[in-house]
Amino acid sequence: MQHSVSIRDLSLNFGNVRVLENLNLDIAQGEFIVLLGPSGCGKSTLLNCIAGLLDVTDGQIFIGGKNVTWEEPKDRGIGMVFQSYALYPQMTVERNLSFGLRVAGMKKDEIEKRVARAAEILQIGPLLQRKPVELSGGQRQRVAIGRALVRDVDVFLFDEPLSNLDAKLRSDLRVEIKRLHQRLKNTMIYVTHDQIEALTLADRIAIMKNGVIQQLADPHTIYNRPVNLYVAGFIGSPSMNFIQGELKGGAQPTFVADDGTVITTGNYQFDEAPAASVKAVLGVRPEHIVIGEAAHAMPFSTDVEIEIVEPMGSDTLAWTKIAGHPVTFRCSSDTEIRVGQNLKAGFDTARGSIFNAETTNRV
Amino acid sequence: MTTEALSPSASRVVEGPRGAKPKRLTISRIGVYAFLVLAALFFLMPLWVMVVTSLKGMPEIQMRNLFAWPSELTFEPWIKAWDTACTGRDCNGLKPGFWNSIKITAVGTFFSIVIAAMNGYALSFWRYKGANILFGLLLFGAFVPYQVVIYPLILGFRQVGLFGTFPAIIIVHVIFGMPILTLLFRNFFVSLPPELFKAARVDGAGFWQIFFQIMLPMSVPITIVAVILQVTGIWNDFLFGTVFAGRENMPMTVQLNNIVQTTTGVREYNVHMAATILTAAVPLAVYFISGKWFVRGIAAGAVKG
Amino acid sequence: MILTAIGVFVVCIIYSFLLSFTSSRLFPSFDFIGFDQYERLWSTQRWLVSVNNLWIFGLLSIGSNMVVGYLLAVFMDQRIRQEDLFRSIFLYPFAMSLVITGLVWRWILDPNYGLQATVRGWGFADFSFAPLVDSNTAIYGLVVAGIWNGVGVSMAIMLAGLRGVDSEIWKAAKIDGIPTWKTYLQIVLPMMRGAILTAFILQCVGVVRVFDLVVAMTQGGPGIATQMPAIFVIQHITDRANVGLGMAAATMMLLPVVLLLGLQQFIQWRANQKRMNS
Repeated sequence: MQHSVSIRDLSLNFGNVRVLENLNLDIAQGEFIVLLGPSGCGKSTLLNCIAGLLDVTDGQIFIGGKNVTWEEPKDRGIGMVFQSYALYPQMTVERNLSFGLRVAGMKKDEIEKRVARAAEILQIGPLLQRKPVELSGGQRQRVAIGRALVRDVDVFLFDEPLSNLDAKLRSDLRVEIKRLHQRLKNTMIYVTHDQIEALTLADRIAIMKNGVIQQLADPHTIYNRPVNLYVAGFIGSPSMNFIQGELKGGAQPTFVADDGTVITTGNYQFDEAPAASVKAVLGVRPEHIVIGEAAHAMPFSTDVEIEIVEPMGSDTLAWTKIAGHPVTFRCSSDTEIRVGQNLKAGFDTARGSIFNAETTNRV
Repeated sequence: MTTEALSPSASRVVEGPRGAKPKRLTISRIGVYAFLVLAALFFLMPLWVMVVTSLKGMPEIQMRNLFAWPSELTFEPWIKAWDTACTGRDCNGLKPGFWNSIKITAVGTFFSIVIAAMNGYALSFWRYKGANILFGLLLFGAFVPYQVVIYPLILGFRQVGLFGTFPAIIIVHVIFGMPILTLLFRNFFVSLPPELFKAARVDGAGFWQIFFQIMLPMSVPITIVAVILQVTGIWNDFLFGTVFAGRENMPMTVQLNNIVQTTTGVREYNVHMAATILTAAVPLAVYFISGKWFVRGIAAGAVKG
Repeated sequence: MILTAIGVFVVCIIYSFLLSFTSSRLFPSFDFIGFDQYERLWSTQRWLVSVNNLWIFGLLSIGSNMVVGYLLAVFMDQRIRQEDLFRSIFLYPFAMSLVITGLVWRWILDPNYGLQATVRGWGFADFSFAPLVDSNTAIYGLVVAGIWNGVGVSMAIMLAGLRGVDSEIWKAAKIDGIPTWKTYLQIVLPMMRGAILTAFILQCVGVVRVFDLVVAMTQGGPGIATQMPAIFVIQHITDRANVGLGMAAATMMLLPVVLLLGLQQFIQWRANQKRMNS
């Protein structure tokens, strides 16, 4: 199958600073890709390169099978939505939507048709004669999406489109964008630093750090089988618990925490079972730790003392120590739990992740 | 693991454009520089003319070659402009005017800024109803045509016997600098976090103690802007100097104009241009030394002059 | 302190205003004669010429100042090399007083030894550019000098305005395929209302006050061809000893400033209202 967007060996330097390094990425037709990472990781820069707003230092960009590395943004067959909406403030919504088409010299009735369609899809029909200042943040972002829509392109680029909205609107518009994608089936590339947005929207997530893609996979894999410590720590809130120790190699490897606690690896699926012993880090998600009766059924269980309890409403977070390392776990808000309580806690290592402490990669 | 392993490496064939778009020197790029260079020439031309003219002797000036570098360099015009050029009856050159301007500018700048800083500080706490009207008045004061205010001021100074004296010209500069400078300082102090003042209050500092020990050290940047504004403003003033300063305290600009306008017989353009450069030297020095601050000064309140 | 300063302004303005209704000659008198001075003012040839000149000078110099200022700012915005150097060059004339500006340009425009003579010397015997000696064109000479002095300021203000425009607007325009010049004209320019208004008001006030430049360059001549209200007032309270008439003229000068400030306040007020409504 032909890729909708392909990036080949892309590098970008600002002066002596390497912002993107030898980056490759293939995006399938109709796929929703999220570029996720902290600020300064190069995700927006990559998006700007795809859009043609930044000149690349090396490498190629293909959109729809065509090499667009040297093309102008308008000729790349893309539409883009920005964080600050970037609506033209003195034009009405209708003119905002149609301005690019008018400049391109499109026929009037075709423009009207497209604007009407965009307005229908985004339900902004009643707003067409208003100016951007008279719109709320959510409405403005709809118009901004509409401006990409009327261009009738195959690829949509989103640059942190929801970051300027408050939490409530953000989740509303998130659903809206998902619905839009299901209806239009366009390729969408979406930049964000919000992992909830990434996990809920993406077909595949590319987690970036220092201009390099760390892992590219579907949300489930990213969450459950992170390729390295960085991805493991970045995804998930509250974040994954880490226990330092050593992985004893052999036919049936065991993990020995640095205080001597032995944790069996059980059914853990090793990418590559270590032959010799290596320094390692065991990662367990807070929701994979169980307490009380259930803990006895787990391959690994131990006695712990509760140190802090944080009721979150829907569930409760508790802080304790396992094998000398601070650990949080999540339990139902119905669970009776209090500070100072001693109880049994356990988990199945097979649901966790083990990383080589030196290379930080998953083993 | 990097993405390379994920992407089909078979398709890594180099085809078509790759890397940065080749930079071409486009016509529009040339046009941009051509426009800017032409504009720059227009702006530099008078300065060039001033300098070369001031270094020529009169015979060469009459050869009608405005832009040419002098074939015979002479500093005679400069010496004459500084020392012996005549303004009416006196023939002492610009020298006395220069020192007058220095005095007026130094004293005027000092007083207007000190007073304006204190005013601005006091006003920054005034956020009641009348505040807006007061600021409206200040703005108005900054924009008012001087001609409307001059005559009553002349009468006032005559009444108290100060007309045509050094204090008169200082007072005039302080008064006319007041509105814009006060606004400048007031806006600066308002922009400081109010917690700063509260914290100092909690630490037991008094109103003026806070001003001198906390606010003043923080207002160095705005003070530089104000100094630039006042020094160039007062030095370049012509109208007030003509009207209020009197013969004894005539500032340089007025003297320059007198030298140029009272010439009898052949106009000594070389002397005039030397005198002009001498008069422009101080604000130009301020401009080139202060650099970006100057731009800020303008942005803050080019309303003067 | 500040109240004293404001008090001085207010008292002086009121005093001037009152004097404009008296028959004061060399010294102030309080012999009120109603609107006689204003009637005389508006039938005085010298004043009518002054007002007319102010219009011509104002429209031309403000107009070209804004246009050239914006053009320069746009060109400066093209990520050029040596931006600071160009900025310094465009702005340095403003550091010099209008007296100096006037004197330099008077010399350059001197018909016998200046630009005209030089260009003729190069072989263009018919070249003619000596606006100051002709009463029909002298005002244009003033305009040229005024632009030279002040256009850098407009440029600096508008460049700051340009740089203040959200960079994502530029990106959006590029994606929409809008040509650069069209973006500057139709999208960015309307977004710079604040900077443009600031530059405009500065120019207006400068024009109403223009005094030094005229004194240095033409002294109001040839004849009364370049008379301006500011000079008219000063002449009548000094040499011409007709304080009443001078004050009437001064009061008239106050009018446009009041209107301008009122306009500016109104625009600000309306913007606030709009913001509160949305």
